[in-house]
Amino acid sequence: MLGFAFRRLLTAIPVVLIAVTACFFILRLAPGGPFDQERALPPDILANLRAHYELDLPLYQQYLNYLWRLLQGDLGPSFVTKDYTVGEQIAIGLPYTLTVGGLAFLLAVVIGVAAGIYGALYQNKGLDYVIAAALMIGLVVPNFLVAPILQLVFGVQLAWLPVGGWGDGSWPFLVLPVFVLAFPHAARISRLMRGSMIEVLNSNFIKTARAKGIGARRTVLRHALKPALTPVVSYLGPAAGYLLTGSIVVEEIFGIPGIGRYFIQAALNRDYGMVLGTVVFYMLLIVLLNLLVDLAYALLDPRVRAR
Amino acid sequence: MTLYVDKREALEPFAKHEADAVQGKPRSLTRDAMRRLFSNKAAVVSLVVFVLIVGTALILPPFLPYDYETPDWAAFSAPPSVESGHYFGTDQNGRDLLARTLYGTQVSLLVALIATTVSVVVGVLYGAVSGFVGGRVDAAMMRFVDVMYALPYILFVILLMVIFGRNVYLLFAAIGLLEWLTMARIVRGQTLSLKEREFVEAARASGVSTFPIILRHIVPNLVGPVVIFASLTIPEIIVTESFLSYLGFGVQEPLTSLGTLISEGADVLEVMPWLLLFPGATLVALLLSLAFIGDGLRDAFDPKDR
Repeated sequence: MLGFAFRRLLTAIPVVLIAVTACFFILRLAPGGPFDQERALPPDILANLRAHYELDLPLYQQYLNYLWRLLQGDLGPSFVTKDYTVGEQIAIGLPYTLTVGGLAFLLAVVIGVAAGIYGALYQNKGLDYVIAAALMIGLVVPNFLVAPILQLVFGVQLAWLPVGGWGDGSWPFLVLPVFVLAFPHAARISRLMRGSMIEVLNSNFIKTARAKGIGARRTVLRHALKPALTPVVSYLGPAAGYLLTGSIVVEEIFGIPGIGRYFIQAALNRDYGMVLGTVVFYMLLIVLLNLLVDLAYALLDPRVRAR
Repeated sequence: MTLYVDKREALEPFAKHEADAVQGKPRSLTRDAMRRLFSNKAAVVSLVVFVLIVGTALILPPFLPYDYETPDWAAFSAPPSVESGHYFGTDQNGRDLLARTLYGTQVSLLVALIATTVSVVVGVLYGAVSGFVGGRVDAAMMRFVDVMYALPYILFVILLMVIFGRNVYLLFAAIGLLEWLTMARIVRGQTLSLKEREFVEAARASGVSTFPIILRHIVPNLVGPVVIFASLTIPEIIVTESFLSYLGFGVQEPLTSLGTLISEGADVLEVMPWLLLFPGATLVALLLSLAFIGDGLRDAFDPKDR
């Protein structure tokens, strides 16, 4: 198991390196400097600014410096916000993003697995169709369309929940964003779960278990659940990534001060330092989450470790 | 269980086969798939809805009393009404929402078409070359795809947005360049089995070189996966475009797209709900119909089912 974890970690390194390199050069190749303004800066000041941010060095030198600092955990300066470095801004936003993302992850898994098992056990009965229809809507209707409608219904007309913002971080503020973020993934997970559960329930060892007189509930929970979960677990890695990037738009809609908002603001302001820093941070986080999920997968399915 | 079997029904498949044989038309893969597709009710209804939306978006605009960018000075923020001719109402600038929705649909579809075409072309060529050449080249090319897969693609799209800024069509060609990974993987897998077939061997024996074989003999056999992929990619790109436009990166004024309209409508949902509901409903109808068409195509082309 440790050997597997180590091998998996080794394969993650080139991915991270390529990602960082690609982002760095794409942003450096962007037309127009970060200091282009409506009124051109005096050349002396511009030269000073460029020197301060090391933009006057040759490109490969900038790249190597950036990599070196990144290794030390420094994500670099923001070109627009002077008071905070990229790392500090991310540290401020991260708890919000992780709270919403983590809760959404849990919710998606719980709803998805439960709905999937239900659908497999009561195939093509009334409620299965209702669930399927609801999930189809969740899959197809994008969250930036669902969110405003939910805001109008629950926030404005019924006034049960706040329309947006973070407030004191108590649960009423979290309900809508977490739900909107989780729903499409709950839909995908339940589809996977339903399919694999049906397959497992048709297999011989389940028939044997039933023939031995083990009750339906126990068969499903103790015997069928674990093998049926494997496709779901392998989807969790990508899902964690989608949730993280999906939270960008959810944070924007609900006015949650997470990293996603900083990222959007930076991209709109053409703050290349901040954009680079946040993208690199997102990628590191996603690679890390994928790694964790892969390890969980290997724990669940011993065949994976051997490969 | 009924013992009575309708004779005509039971013999129908034979009759069809007989008819085909008489007409001398071989049942090709594509014809077979089309027949299956048209017997799928959800897919057929969706196809009709899709054609209706696209047809309306393309044909109707010149016949409307208003165009998408000229304000009607007599009707600002007007709710939908039949008498004034603003069937979907107008926005804060007095522009007719029906005309804008149709125009936005056109832009969204065009963008999706460009990006899908780019991703199909790149994916098919990349996958076919990788699978056909094989060996080290294949390993290296697929390793690259694996690495690309691990990267969050929406972040790259936003990076590209920052760079390409306002040139929407260039931008979506670039999105297509990021979307080809799945296509490349599927095509490679298909190519690996196709290249062992006799007709490839025959072509090779008669001296055709690698690239013409790929283009003339491998690619035409990939119709199934390509069609399915395209039908699933188009809605994905429509959503990506709407997502970007929603965040303020995508299509810019005075151009418009469904995403831009939804974003504008979401801001004033409380007072002018029609500004969100009509473009939103159009988007959902478009996405739902494409989803069912994609599902139907997958069933129709699925080799496991045959």
